Amino acid sequence: MIASSLLPGLIIFGLAEERVRLRTVLNLSGALVKLVLVGFVLWGVSQGQQYETRLALLPGLELVLRAGPLSLLFVSLSALLWLVTTVYAIGYLEGSPHRSRFFGFFSLCVTATVGVALSGNLITFLLFYELLTLATYPLVVHRGTEAARHAGLIYLRYTIAGGALLLVATVWLYTLTGTLEFTPQGFLDSVGAEQHTALIIIFTLLIAGFGVKAALVPLHGWLPLAMVAPAPVSALLHAVAVVKAGAFGIVRVVYDVFGVEFAANLGVLGPLAWLAAITIIYGSLRALFQDDLKRRLAFSTISQVSYIVLGTAIAGPIAAIGGVVHLVHQGLMKITLFFCAGNLAETLGIHKISEMNGVGRRMPWTMTAFTVGAFGMIGAPPVAGFVTKWYLGLGALQAGQEWVIIVLAGSSLLNAAYFLPILHRAWFQEPPNTWPKEFDFGRKETAWMLLLPPVITALMALAAGLLAAVAFSPLEWAQFIAEQEFSRP
Amino acid sequence: MGAVFTEFPWGVILILLPVTGGILCFLWPQIAKITGLFIVFVVALLVVGLAWQIFNNGVYRHAVGGWGAPLGVDLYADGLSLLMLAITALVGMGVSVYSAAYFKHEQAAQFWPLWLLLLAALNALFLSADIFNVYVTFELMGLAAVALVALAGSREALGAAMRYLLAALLGSLAYLLGVALLYHGFGTVDIALLVERAEPSPVIWAALGLMGAGLLLKTALFPLHFWLPPAHASAPTPVSALLSALVVKASFYILLRLWLEIFDPLVGGAGVEQLLGLLGAAAILWGSVQALRQTRLKLLIAYSTVAQVGYLFLAFPLVAAAGVSAWSAVTYLVLSHALAKAAMFMAAGNLLCFGGHDRITDLDRVVQRLPLTAAAFALAGVSIMGLPPSGGFIGKWLLLEAALMQGRWDLVAVMILGGLLAAGYIFKVLGYAFTQADISHESKAVPASMEWTALLLACGAILLGFLAVPVLSLVGIGDPFGIGEVRP
Repeated sequence: MIASSLLPGLIIFGLAEERVRLRTVLNLSGALVKLVLVGFVLWGVSQGQQYETRLALLPGLELVLRAGPLSLLFVSLSALLWLVTTVYAIGYLEGSPHRSRFFGFFSLCVTATVGVALSGNLITFLLFYELLTLATYPLVVHRGTEAARHAGLIYLRYTIAGGALLLVATVWLYTLTGTLEFTPQGFLDSVGAEQHTALIIIFTLLIAGFGVKAALVPLHGWLPLAMVAPAPVSALLHAVAVVKAGAFGIVRVVYDVFGVEFAANLGVLGPLAWLAAITIIYGSLRALFQDDLKRRLAFSTISQVSYIVLGTAIAGPIAAIGGVVHLVHQGLMKITLFFCAGNLAETLGIHKISEMNGVGRRMPWTMTAFTVGAFGMIGAPPVAGFVTKWYLGLGALQAGQEWVIIVLAGSSLLNAAYFLPILHRAWFQEPPNTWPKEFDFGRKETAWMLLLPPVITALMALAAGLLAAVAFSPLEWAQFIAEQEFSRP
Repeated sequence: MGAVFTEFPWGVILILLPVTGGILCFLWPQIAKITGLFIVFVVALLVVGLAWQIFNNGVYRHAVGGWGAPLGVDLYADGLSLLMLAITALVGMGVSVYSAAYFKHEQAAQFWPLWLLLLAALNALFLSADIFNVYVTFELMGLAAVALVALAGSREALGAAMRYLLAALLGSLAYLLGVALLYHGFGTVDIALLVERAEPSPVIWAALGLMGAGLLLKTALFPLHFWLPPAHASAPTPVSALLSALVVKASFYILLRLWLEIFDPLVGGAGVEQLLGLLGAAAILWGSVQALRQTRLKLLIAYSTVAQVGYLFLAFPLVAAAGVSAWSAVTYLVLSHALAKAAMFMAAGNLLCFGGHDRITDLDRVVQRLPLTAAAFALAGVSIMGLPPSGGFIGKWLLLEAALMQGRWDLVAVMILGGLLAAGYIFKVLGYAFTQADISHESKAVPASMEWTALLLACGAILLGFLAVPVLSLVGIGDPFGIGEVRP
């Protein structure tokens, strides 16, 4: 019975390979099958079953795929959002060239993300993490313009350098401990005190490596530039794949490599929390001054993703719930916002916030979804973002770190300051006589394949906030994960 | 049945068959292509036979004509030799299929005999048990390789071939002098006997100096690499692939063998390893920076070879504390580089054939028009950069592990920097491949077999990333590195 339940992890992973040959049907059915499989595994794990796949990579080192609770949270998020994004991308790219190349790398990208999520040790993580870098590069440069090439180059510089740091840190860790297996509460207890300096350096290297993708502040330079990519790619980069993989990596390092307690004793979590706080404020401040809608959203991502890091670094069970659950919430809300931005660009040719006057009347559904996403970002109840902030704040108080509350409040204010004017323009100002570049969709607002995804994700974001206490909600999973990390053996 | 397999002199046939084939191709050029292809595939089967034999009987040793050392010619094969033979056969098959479509008419008639001779020389070299035999195979290999470079017929190719000839001859000469010294000092040229008889003396140092210099020149280790880029870049594509993937490795293999068996026990710890490591580090940086500066694709790839050779030498200073990891790393880097570099040159050859030039900035939109070739280049690039999952990654991982165990942070830094620079030059090429520039030149069709061989070899380099356990256990046969089991 155990042998039969080992397989799904591999199947999920194997599926995506075939989709490289992509046809639309194949794409959608792949996404659906994956969703069903994830659901199945989810149910299995909640019944206490184990899913694990191992493959020897080097003598003593194995490729491990394991479906733990934290993995599943990330996998379900990516499976769900992937389905939605696929629908959106098909609508978005209708009639544009190189679609098969695009969807090929798109699927590869999701394969890598799922691999990152399921990996059971650091080397497997590293492997899929680098694969993710390689798979997203062609997506970023997809448009083929000079700007895209430049952005791709910058993106690579950051990520490859980050990957190199990770490699060094991983090998070093391996020579110290002889294992890289993710274990709740860390596997470093056996390391002697004389190695603690080395461990601090390793921690720094790992955080720097993951911080590149998670866009922690001095390392965020690539992200706003990568906005030249098509909207579905931006959505994917921000909500599911790249940025999340980085944040997820940090969560993994703190929880399953070092262990919260051990890391706190090393004294590395404090600086990490500060770094996250700086990133939150800095990202919000920069967002305030962007006129380009997608760039504003990009800076907002920089700020929001650091909530996850912050929740992890506060080192208390309640804050941990907030951090982990934000992994899901931020994904839902940000993808909604990017879908909407893409819709505005594709339907009316709007790229700048100053062009958004009265757009709510022309595209009510899109802007309703956008509004939900924006309120979530600000942290207004009952949208999902509120749950996160509530737990983060509570957790910070519990851990005796009151300054975090100030950061949270400041960031919420700033969020409001850069989102509310957009909403005001969109709903309450007079629309101009002509839009920058209007496409004809008959009487409809826009193509249904573009409209449906943001509405669905907005609903999900609402549901995640309203139904947070229901079984199988992201919040409940996050609680489960936090219990596992903080329970005493 | 089993006995026939286990007693059959696979090794001898491995050498004789390509020689015979070469002569046949020379005599009847009209059937050269068929004969050549047939023989290369048979050689691959023979390697499988030899592998079978080694699995069953352990190390293979065969006295040709029944004479035996110290008088006769001995053949010797352990796990390392077997792997080198296997990679030669594998790359050889790829190159042969590629060449069948690449060379036309007269060039084909000249290519096949030379290539088969080169193959015979390579096989003989990997099977040699004495250092004089190695000299003979060096000469054969050098002459065949030089003639192959000159096959391109262009002015630059002839100049490069001339330089290559001089370097090869000089290298062989230095090596031969070393052999003579050893023979004079200890009365034998058989490696196993030398190991027993040799003792620390000035003769050993002189021999090490001469043989080392000769071999380094042939391996093109910085700063003795001057002949490599022009020769590899101006040769016909299949030849470039052969030279970078196999010929350079052959002299490295001998260097490794001699160092491990004869010199290391006698003069180890006297700073020679450190010198080799230093040169290796310099080669990585210099080669990568030069590669980054090139505007022609084939020159870029050739300089990348200079850099990659450097990695092999980094292992020497690391052996003291982490022999297992270091030598496994070297083996792995040799194998994956052979596959990846062959694939890369072939991909470059396809682009050259397609567009009529190899200027990197004008590689517009090849991704759309030659997707298989672009994929081959990208996959080979992944291995060269050392990103997972690929053979190059495994090699680099092991090497990093060795460096960290020994606390050699300088070497760690060099490796990381080398990887970043490699990413720089690979993506320099790939970045242009995605642009939307107008098509500025007439294109010719590229035969499908040329695209597919490049892709398959590149996939091989990636696949090698998942085969570390069996491959490394194979190297352990006969304990070529003198370290007992390869990893517990």
